[in-house]
Amino acid sequence: MNQPIYITRTETANVASLIAAFERLGHSCVVSADPFTLETAQRVVLPGVGTFAAAREALRESEADRALSARLSAKRATLAICLGFQLLFESSDESPGVTGLGHVPGHFERFPATERVPHLGWNRVWGSSFESADGSVYFANSYRLVTPPAGWDAAYCDYGGRFVAAVQRGPVLGCQFHPELSGRVGREWLRGWLSMAMEENTC
Amino acid sequence: MLTVRIIPCLDVKDGQVVKGVRFQNLRDAGSPAELARLYEEQGADELVLLDISATQEGRAARLSTVEAVRRELSIPLTVGGGIQSLHDVQSLLEHGADRVSVNTAAVLRPQLVDEMASRFGTQCTVVAMDVRQETEGRFRVVVRSGTRETERDAQDWAREIESRGAGEILLTSMDRDGTRDGYDLELLRTITSVVAIPVIASGGAAGPEHLVDAVRAGASAVLAASLFHDSDYTVSQVKQSLLQQEVEVRS
Repeated sequence: MNQPIYITRTETANVASLIAAFERLGHSCVVSADPFTLETAQRVVLPGVGTFAAAREALRESEADRALSARLSAKRATLAICLGFQLLFESSDESPGVTGLGHVPGHFERFPATERVPHLGWNRVWGSSFESADGSVYFANSYRLVTPPAGWDAAYCDYGGRFVAAVQRGPVLGCQFHPELSGRVGREWLRGWLSMAMEENTC
Repeated sequence: MLTVRIIPCLDVKDGQVVKGVRFQNLRDAGSPAELARLYEEQGADELVLLDISATQEGRAARLSTVEAVRRELSIPLTVGGGIQSLHDVQSLLEHGADRVSVNTAAVLRPQLVDEMASRFGTQCTVVAMDVRQETEGRFRVVVRSGTRETERDAQDWAREIESRGAGEILLTSMDRDGTRDGYDLELLRTITSVVAIPVIASGGAAGPEHLVDAVRAGASAVLAASLFHDSDYTVSQVKQSLLQQEVEVRS
């Protein structure tokens, strides 16, 4: 029942912060690059620090990309954070010609030059499907998704225009922000994802 | 909207927070982990932890301190001090840092900034600049905890590290550090006007009015150490004052 949460090893992520956040909620974590584990485990996190091209290449090398695609298609509980969120989609201005996992249609653009970039700090998110998760969360991104994907619930943020802060469908949640670094509000996002993951398992 | 970040700074030496810490109001004050928890409870938006003896002792920031702080903290943690290589960055990220700040090593080998940005991303790559005023409107970069002058002009260096991929500048005025005279606003304007990345103001804050001035001079975030360690103000009191001055902060 209480299986650990598996965190995809990318060699570039802030894994200790993620582990600390889940431990505070009473869950243990294991960092893994094993494709079978990543495909079949009850709950998997795709963390995100790095660049689109470098992270994509690391996933390809470890064959975690195919494993993650398979688990996403099978609708297994998955949390994708920041760059991990961007990798769920097709492409980004950051790395032209590089394709993401392509699980969700969409392309990331750089924030307009009228703003300081990266978009770094706490900003308000609205439209969340978790009522307790309203409030400000911590972002660190230079690229943004403007158009929400069809068939997904979306939450939004504003920085030089509206952009997509999170998408959710069943137990798959992608966050442009860092819930593990977003204090009390971030904890509510993590709790929300864990409870959705739980519901799916008992079905 | 994006709010201005209030960042308490923990200067750590031999595992303890230093810099004029008075031990009242806190049990075992001076412990990085306890101060971290206190500041998060007060509403800090991020913490910076600088291992100030690391460079001089020829090592990277102590991982055990970073781990202890991370266990207490559910907000971002930027760590600096003695970082020389991508390996140092990775092990800090694996032990509790979210962003890593380089200073002396970047001046000695600027390519390190490019390497960090292409591996860990721009948003993870913070470059700290310690700066001293030379003549009117001219500022020079100093390294090794302010003990060594360089040939670098601060404005040129800021432009260079931005083009190399730095995602933020932690800008400390050596002239103001510890003086309580307020941030060096001329320095802030000089730097924020030539880069598009965010800049953290550091050095000289004694009260909320100084933080307001720094924000109006272009700072995206304001860092303070003794202001909070000496319990002159709590983070929440500072935020109240900023809100009254119509500076947007996270409440």
